[in-house]
Amino acid sequence: MYKSGYVINDPNNHDFQVNRRALVEQSVLDDEMEFIFEKCWIYVGHESEVKNVGDFQTRSICGRPVILCRDAASKVRVYLNACRHRAALVCRETSGNAKGFMCFYHGWSFNINGELDGVPGKSSYPPSFDQSKLNLAEPAHVDSYKGFVFVSFNPKASSLEDYLAGAKEYIDLIVDQSPSGSMEVIEGTQEYDMKANWKLLVENSFDDYHLLTTHSTWLNYMKRSGVEIKRPEKGHLMPSHGIGKALGNGHAVIDNVNFRGRPVAKWIPIYGEAAKPEIEKIRTELFERLGEERATRVADTNRNLVVFPNLVLNDGSSVTIRTFHPQAPDLMKVRAWALGPVEESAEARGIRLDSFLTFYGPGGFATPDDVEALESVQKGMATFKEIPWSVMSRGMAKEGEQLNTDELHLRAFWLQWLELMSKKDEAQ
Amino acid sequence: MTNNNLLNISRERIEDFLFLEAALLDEWRLDDWLLLLAENFTYQVPSNDAPGSIAAKALFMIADDKKRTEERVVRLKDRNAHAEFPHSRTRRFISNVRILERTDIDSTHSKVKIQANFTIHRFRRNDDIRTFVGQYHNELLITEQSIHIIHRKAILDAYELGSMGLVSFIL
Repeated sequence: MYKSGYVINDPNNHDFQVNRRALVEQSVLDDEMEFIFEKCWIYVGHESEVKNVGDFQTRSICGRPVILCRDAASKVRVYLNACRHRAALVCRETSGNAKGFMCFYHGWSFNINGELDGVPGKSSYPPSFDQSKLNLAEPAHVDSYKGFVFVSFNPKASSLEDYLAGAKEYIDLIVDQSPSGSMEVIEGTQEYDMKANWKLLVENSFDDYHLLTTHSTWLNYMKRSGVEIKRPEKGHLMPSHGIGKALGNGHAVIDNVNFRGRPVAKWIPIYGEAAKPEIEKIRTELFERLGEERATRVADTNRNLVVFPNLVLNDGSSVTIRTFHPQAPDLMKVRAWALGPVEESAEARGIRLDSFLTFYGPGGFATPDDVEALESVQKGMATFKEIPWSVMSRGMAKEGEQLNTDELHLRAFWLQWLELMSKKDEAQ
Repeated sequence: MTNNNLLNISRERIEDFLFLEAALLDEWRLDDWLLLLAENFTYQVPSNDAPGSIAAKALFMIADDKKRTEERVVRLKDRNAHAEFPHSRTRRFISNVRILERTDIDSTHSKVKIQANFTIHRFRRNDDIRTFVGQYHNELLITEQSIHIIHRKAILDAYELGSMGLVSFIL
């Protein structure tokens, strides 16, 4: 029924439409949990958030409480945050450093390797009680790519590298900002709810078609501050050229020539005159290390990357990691962080964080209007019975390259969504 | 310089100023509000999990200098600031005002660090009431005739911004 009822994909007639039921129905969300979130690789956190042995972060991933931590052998681990005895959370703090985790309910304790190392009154359990089988449980797979830690609850999941497919190229471009290839999550988490279906944020995160109207006040701010906003070339809507590209497995990207400031490494007047030499220094290091071609890509292009299903890496005014988990068909919890090179100077770090806030986040000059747009879409979705379909065919009749304001990359997401959700049809 | 020559700075005077500021913001008289800001003004809202950090080292939600605050006001007055169009209705309650530290620059100028609690309700048509609870950590520049804000930090108490959603109006 997903194959027939939720997405129209007719390349011959250049027709692509998404049925709005996919964004309002509870049964769709239930199926997404089973056929998408429990099947794919899902981002949990970054290795830099647990730098030292015993460091931990607690998160909610696919509705499950988990602990991201570094064990005694300095390996990054992910545990399900539930006591093996009665399921109470074994860690109730947001983050910290611990030797282990103790469930306060009956006192079962687990060491930092997740092993059950204390059971009060153990002698009353029968001989069949096997303590060694009651360690903290882990997702079926945990792996990381260049510091980004993912889990999969699917025992049959392919390797993370295979899963990431073409997305790796774009992650690499971000990580290349660091001379040592080591990026770190910077202190301070933006955690906010959006009263919209989670897939709307996927679309919005790399949809450049909305920029001119949704973010006109941001563009004004850029112009007023001295950033040159060129008139779009023929056939374009954006001040610079940019393309949309599918990267396999539902991942996709927009890859744009930069026209705004970049901490690595394009100075704009907002950064202040005093910041010019620092940006120039970063730029010089980049070109010496990577050569002109790659350095130009790192420094003078922006990318908004969606790693299917719910991770967004935006490398524009700054680098942000953004991930979101649905709570209901019309509600998601969003978490966003800033990412920067570990060896960044204090001055460069300041520029990065300041530049972040020109656009991104709940108090930025652009993100609030995205939230308003998505919540407005969700309210309009109440008409889904009268107006069932959303058209998503921009660029379909074009040969070759697709623009960032076309919708190939959105379609790539939806086609993977359809592919995975259709497994339910096959199961029936 | 004897104490007799210094400015009389009472809590009541600080409260009157904070109440005036709250009224200007609730009434969206943002240009009038700008007149209350000192030259080297900053406005900050830290991320909920980093309330004690500094903006040069940690990701905040807002870390404006005066110029950016002026641009924020330009944006908020534009009907294309969609998150605040139509403008939210807000109602602020300021309480527990405390003067923490006083530095007398000379006999006519003093800097004062204050804290005050706030509750701000935000109302939007077709939306839930969103309530922001927290504390201001402000620094004020005071003369006999005037008070200007040097630093204005709004620290939210919640562990996450969560259902507050946005800080799209001036907290």
